Amino acid sequence: MITVEHLTKRYGAVTAVDDVSFRCEPGTVTGFLGPNGAGKSTTMRMICGLSPVSSGSATVHGVAYGDLPNPGRQVGVLLDASAQHAGRTGREVLSVAAQLMGIGSRRVDETLERVGLAGAPAKRRVKNYSLGMRQRLGIAHALLGDPTVLILDEPANGLDPEGIHWMRGVLRDFADRGGTVMLSSHLLREVEAVADHLVVIGSGRIVADGPKDELLRSAGLVVRALEPDLLEKALVGAGIDARFAPDGTCTADAEAETVGRVAAGAGIVLLELRPADSGGLEEMFLRLTSAPTEQEVAA
Amino acid sequence: MSAATITATGGTGTAVPSPSLARLTGVELRKMTDTRASRWLLGIVLLAGVGMILVQMFSGDAADRNLSEFFGIAQMGAGLLLPIVGILAITGEWSQRTALATFTLEPRRGHVVAAKLAAGVALVVVTVAATLALAAVANLAAPAVTDAAGEWTLGADEPARAVLYQLTGYLVGAAFGLALLNTPLAIVAFFALPTVWSIVGGVVSSLQDVAAWLDLEATTTPIIDGSLDGEAWAQLAASMGVWCLLPLLVGVARVVRTELT
Repeated sequence: MITVEHLTKRYGAVTAVDDVSFRCEPGTVTGFLGPNGAGKSTTMRMICGLSPVSSGSATVHGVAYGDLPNPGRQVGVLLDASAQHAGRTGREVLSVAAQLMGIGSRRVDETLERVGLAGAPAKRRVKNYSLGMRQRLGIAHALLGDPTVLILDEPANGLDPEGIHWMRGVLRDFADRGGTVMLSSHLLREVEAVADHLVVIGSGRIVADGPKDELLRSAGLVVRALEPDLLEKALVGAGIDARFAPDGTCTADAEAETVGRVAAGAGIVLLELRPADSGGLEEMFLRLTSAPTEQEVAA
Repeated sequence: MSAATITATGGTGTAVPSPSLARLTGVELRKMTDTRASRWLLGIVLLAGVGMILVQMFSGDAADRNLSEFFGIAQMGAGLLLPIVGILAITGEWSQRTALATFTLEPRRGHVVAAKLAAGVALVVVTVAATLALAAVANLAAPAVTDAAGEWTLGADEPARAVLYQLTGYLVGAAFGLALLNTPLAIVAFFALPTVWSIVGGVVSSLQDVAAWLDLEATTTPIIDGSLDGEAWAQLAASMGVWCLLPLLVGVARVVRTELT
């Protein structure tokens, strides 16, 4: 379990992370979403004790990261897959970590096998690795100590579609066996397929935090009618917040039944009536994360 | 999602003890020797020792061609580059960005620094042992290729003094690395600063006395010469205080607080 409370990071006059609080629960995958520069990596570095906090606190299993004895055995961390010695082989990178954590070389081989780097790739030097292979090595590094918590910063970067599919499987399996997963991304689609819980950060502040399904539901409905003009009139008349795209597709913030009854009452033929899903969430994501900037402009 | 399932995953729980300083030292030693670049550097350290032995073999008096002299001169060669091993042991973590992984696995950063210094001691002992072997080979070969006394006498204090000499170099290098956390900067500073100090000391007459106390090259040579008297010890301590302890303290304070990206 990861608990972040009122975490704040200031660099001079700039507040990179502003009073951030959230929790990552055991048995769940938490997607930590936000555009580049929103404060995701800074937050994760503070959780891992790599960056001093200005105020607030972050704990893993109720303990500050820096106070964990042998943290690699409890928390698997991948913050930057490129931050490995270019001259070491993949196997050597893991062997060094295993020696530090006090685990045997059998575990190194098992983990290499698990991430698909066993055999020849393990003997190659990291400088000859593709970004995807570095990510796999980074995930291996995180899994090596058999931890109960995973903290991964943009782990899908550079992975091919097969690799992304594989990683989702690894994370899902990890969480299903009771582990806690926190993974960040600036791409909603990367995260939504595996996350149970979403924490959205924009300009250093949490702008949304909740179960994925709830956030998806709050993203509204997609409604398409034979005659969009009539639908717009009917929805506005019923006091339903609706936005129309140029092609006539409408996003409505309401329950499906409500919209259906309004349409039926007005005799409108509906062609589509469904939850907005990722499209709507993506829109919400963009809206939420860009909102503080707009406010700043307005102010 | 209950406590039961958590323990089912966590094979280890919270009872795992922190890594001991001995284990950390072993890890740091491994990191100093597990890449091609690091092995080349250590090879070149010994090669510099060999080079100085050859100079000794083919110049100077035949009487000076013996184990003790070969061993002593080899220290001068190896000592030129051992400080760079010390610098890289620290700055490599930043240039290769492995500090991120290192301090994630061991958040007690001071322990990691201590382990790097301890690993240096081990490396110095091995280096001195290797130069002793090289000096012995040279002493065996010398009578065959040139006039040589070929004496085998070696005082018990000589290897100990060699270790102390190499250790000063390694530690000063590591201290510069810690204070600057940047490989080229630390190497340039290491070679330039004491030289600049000697020049300044030579030019500014009022600084001449001070210069003698802080000129590392001058204060460490008596270790190898075996001419360490009371004043020489004091001068060694003073120069190490300025060029080693000071940057070491600055560096440790910096490393413990620094933000890792």
